[in-house]
Amino acid sequence: MELYTLTAHELLKKINKGEAKTSDIVTSLFDRIKEVNPKVNSYVRINEAEGASAYSGIPVSIKDNICTKGLNTECCSKILQGFKPPYEATVINKIHASGNCILKTKTNMDEFAFGSSTENSYFKPAHNPWNLEYVPGGSSGGSAAAVAADEAIWALGSDTGGSIRQPASFCGVVGLKPTYGRVSRYGLIAFASSLDQIGPITKDVEDSALLMNIISGHDPLDSTSLNIPVPDYTRSLVNDIKGIKIGIPKEYFIEGLDNEVKNTIDEALNKLRSLGAEVKPVSLPHTEYAVPVYYIVATAEASSNLARFDGVQYGFRAESKNLIEMYKKTRGEGFGEEAKRRIILGTFVLSHGYYDAYYLRALKVRTLIKNDFDKVFKDFDCLITPTSPTPAFKIGEKVNDPLKMYLSDICTISANLAGIPGLSIPCGFTKSGLPIGMQILGKPLGEEMLFQIAHTYEQNTEWHKLKPKI
Amino acid sequence: MKYDTVIGLEVHLHLNTKTKAFCACSTEFGSIANFQTCPVCLGMPGSLPVYNKVALDYAIKVALALNCTVQEYTKFDRKNYFYPDLPKNYQVSQYDLPLSLSGFLEIELGAKPKRIGITRVHMEEDAGKLIHKEDNSLVDFNRTGIPLLEIVSEPDMNSPEEAHSYLTELKSVLEYLDVSDCDMEKGSLRCDANISLKKPEDKKLGVKVELKNMNSFKAVKDALNYEVERQAQLLDEGKTIGQETRLWDTEKSITVSMRTKEGAQDYRYFPEPDLPPFIISKTTVEEIKSKLPESGRDKLQRFVREYGLTNYDAKILVSNKKDAEYAEKCIKAYPESDKKMVVNWLVGAMLSEANARNSSIAALNIPENNLISLLVSIQKQEISNLSAKSVLSEMVSSGKAPLQIIKEKNFAQISDAGELDKIVDEVIKDNQKSVADLKAGKENALMFLVGQAMKKSKGKGNPKLLQEIFKRRLS
Amino acid sequence: MAIDKNTVEYTAHLARIELGQPELETLSKQLHDILDFIDKLKEADVEGVMPTSHILPVNNVLREDIVKPSLPVEEVLKNAPNRQGNFFAVPKIIE
Repeated sequence: MELYTLTAHELLKKINKGEAKTSDIVTSLFDRIKEVNPKVNSYVRINEAEGASAYSGIPVSIKDNICTKGLNTECCSKILQGFKPPYEATVINKIHASGNCILKTKTNMDEFAFGSSTENSYFKPAHNPWNLEYVPGGSSGGSAAAVAADEAIWALGSDTGGSIRQPASFCGVVGLKPTYGRVSRYGLIAFASSLDQIGPITKDVEDSALLMNIISGHDPLDSTSLNIPVPDYTRSLVNDIKGIKIGIPKEYFIEGLDNEVKNTIDEALNKLRSLGAEVKPVSLPHTEYAVPVYYIVATAEASSNLARFDGVQYGFRAESKNLIEMYKKTRGEGFGEEAKRRIILGTFVLSHGYYDAYYLRALKVRTLIKNDFDKVFKDFDCLITPTSPTPAFKIGEKVNDPLKMYLSDICTISANLAGIPGLSIPCGFTKSGLPIGMQILGKPLGEEMLFQIAHTYEQNTEWHKLKPKI
Repeated sequence: MKYDTVIGLEVHLHLNTKTKAFCACSTEFGSIANFQTCPVCLGMPGSLPVYNKVALDYAIKVALALNCTVQEYTKFDRKNYFYPDLPKNYQVSQYDLPLSLSGFLEIELGAKPKRIGITRVHMEEDAGKLIHKEDNSLVDFNRTGIPLLEIVSEPDMNSPEEAHSYLTELKSVLEYLDVSDCDMEKGSLRCDANISLKKPEDKKLGVKVELKNMNSFKAVKDALNYEVERQAQLLDEGKTIGQETRLWDTEKSITVSMRTKEGAQDYRYFPEPDLPPFIISKTTVEEIKSKLPESGRDKLQRFVREYGLTNYDAKILVSNKKDAEYAEKCIKAYPESDKKMVVNWLVGAMLSEANARNSSIAALNIPENNLISLLVSIQKQEISNLSAKSVLSEMVSSGKAPLQIIKEKNFAQISDAGELDKIVDEVIKDNQKSVADLKAGKENALMFLVGQAMKKSKGKGNPKLLQEIFKRRLS
Repeated sequence: MAIDKNTVEYTAHLARIELGQPELETLSKQLHDILDFIDKLKEADVEGVMPTSHILPVNNVLREDIVKPSLPVEEVLKNAPNRQGNFFAVPKIIE
């Protein structure tokens, strides 16, 4: 059995038994990468000579928007080409402090995390390992594809509107967006500061819990990180959900939901019922406003966060005769289409005369969306929805219709707006063999409940054991 | 035509915290370019701000000292614009919920004190420094992220003199809090002015012109004076004043229009998502208020009340916090209950010494006990007043104690009758005309002769005794 | 919401992004559609609702005023597209 096919917890056992060394795992991974990356394109700027950052523990694969000291971090954008951060993101420090290491090559993503398909990458799209003509989802498509294709043992992604959960569901792997503030954002190149979180993308729920143990916790360098102790998430890996109350928000099961997805989720809910959970319908009445709110708040924050990419200190700088020309040409040539679209939209909704009607109003509706969840969580332990209204779509299918692309975020976006945790777990396949994911949403700091339900479901199904043939 | 002048001032103040507003880089002045920077103040991708506890404390202190209402809920906002000295291309500042509002500062110009309203005091971060060369510009980010306070006055000043007075009073208040160097030359205090003119009978304010690039309080006054004339002339000619920003040219002593192609800037303010808001309880405010150091104004009143100083003398001594503290030490150490002598020496001889050396009385570094020792010598008639002044000079340059200097340099007053007689003899011999004058009844002649005797004795003669001897011999 | 080309052009200027003419055309159409969709928010009843600008129940996050070492200047400048000595160099600023 190739080492690269195993999970982190299986490999840890092997290491402890002396049956494998970290260097073996790294070699195994690079062999696999050599074999399939040309087809899947999970990783960018591969440099085998770099290997791993240390030869200890299990190497984690890192998304290209998480700063790794001395190792190119470019958000898969032309405008950050060549950027080698002189500092390490906190999560990377935590990985090292836990006795693990990182793979010294980064995973593919939509440029600056703007996208749901990884087609907006400067380094060409990543492909879905289950069917190479299809997208792996985005923006953490590279991380999800790598884990699904066994090019990674486990990986970190980032999630602003679903960018961990949606690609996890498209690729048939486990993806968790933690509660906002649970994991430090220091070193995560910001998209939308009030929505971003780094989270694990893994082959199974146990690995997700292990990785969460490592990366979670208060960071004095991040004013928005929660100063609350981190539990041992592996203690939630029990096989029991008797009496747990699960709410099914009816607004997520409307027209536009793919039939196969709907049926698969229904079957999964039946499974949960058979395992003793109470499943009841609920309502989150302001769900229809989530996408508009998101595309105002997120783009507004992004327009400001990306203003620093101007050619002055790092990255790409265009030829120019004066300063203004430098700014405009650098940003005009350095940013891709989707980046420009979002920055201009975000600038617009903050601009004089439009602020009240758009940005301020969106912040108020955000309160309403959060209140919907607070209300429902009084009586329910968690909520379950499809992770995405459709399975993976074909590469090129939606990339020219931005609005259509935005609407595919409809199931995941609210969790970011409300700051609550969300976990996507594989729960079936379409007839054509594309994975379908189920999303479990929890209360703030409710990751333990998510792990408990996900682990129970996983232990009573076989989806996590299936692997794509590439 | 006589116009009403309306002036408002906007002051930016560097807080003298050890570290920057949002990161732990040192704020020391004058370092080599880009030697005091880090991912946070450089705005590197992925970096995040964390606010400086002491900066917040100082900000609240300033707000209270300026009689503002500290807001219970306050937050940072982003002010978005592009410029190379602004690494993130936004400045973290405060917009609609600033730290404090509605204060005032009293200035004394003329008989009655006048209250100048203060609209707000808020917190923000400074930008870097640009050096313009011929073909390009160079950026130094050392200054980026230094904590600033913005102090905005109401347009309550009605003359350049009032504006100048506001600035000196503001500086005094801030110095007393010890939160800033308040040095316009070093750039730790910057001032922009807004000025408009209107006819006395008009209720509406005139067109506002913004003035920048003034590097001293005097420059502010000069620039405003120039603007008053410039605008008055235009209005007399029936022309309209352009709403614009003008720069003060120190060399030519004129204001020049700053021609920018852009219209009013759209800063697209929105709440800073990386910094949670601050909730400042009334208890916290009360606590800080109770620990505020005594203000210059309060100290002045106390000096008058406790030590019997005149208003005039007290004002001189409290104009500078260190001097005031030093003066009080001396006053307390002086053994007599009537403090007139020590005060006279502080505002007289000590101040002269300080001025001559471009220094301040505290910076002369004379331990208060040494000053007292000198004064006691005078009282005991061990040295004359005149000699004492020389001893003081010596004390400043050598740092030695007065008794040591008196001994070493032979400053002891001559009170021995025999010696004094000899000196009087010589003076009488050399100044026959004055002797005659004195005998003729001219009083000044006596002082002249005593003066000559003092000269002859190199200041050491006991002037009182000399006077008596002359009177005896020549009456 | 009808957003015309001029507004898009002005907004792109605020964001310091240069757009070619065909790009401007396409973007204006796309933004028009997106804003039309976003206008849905007008239907929401926000009477008396406070805006959420910070989702966490966290306040007063502060740091001690203790100096820590800055970045070595070579690290600061190593990614610079154009440097002169210890400075970042940028093209002439024309007002």
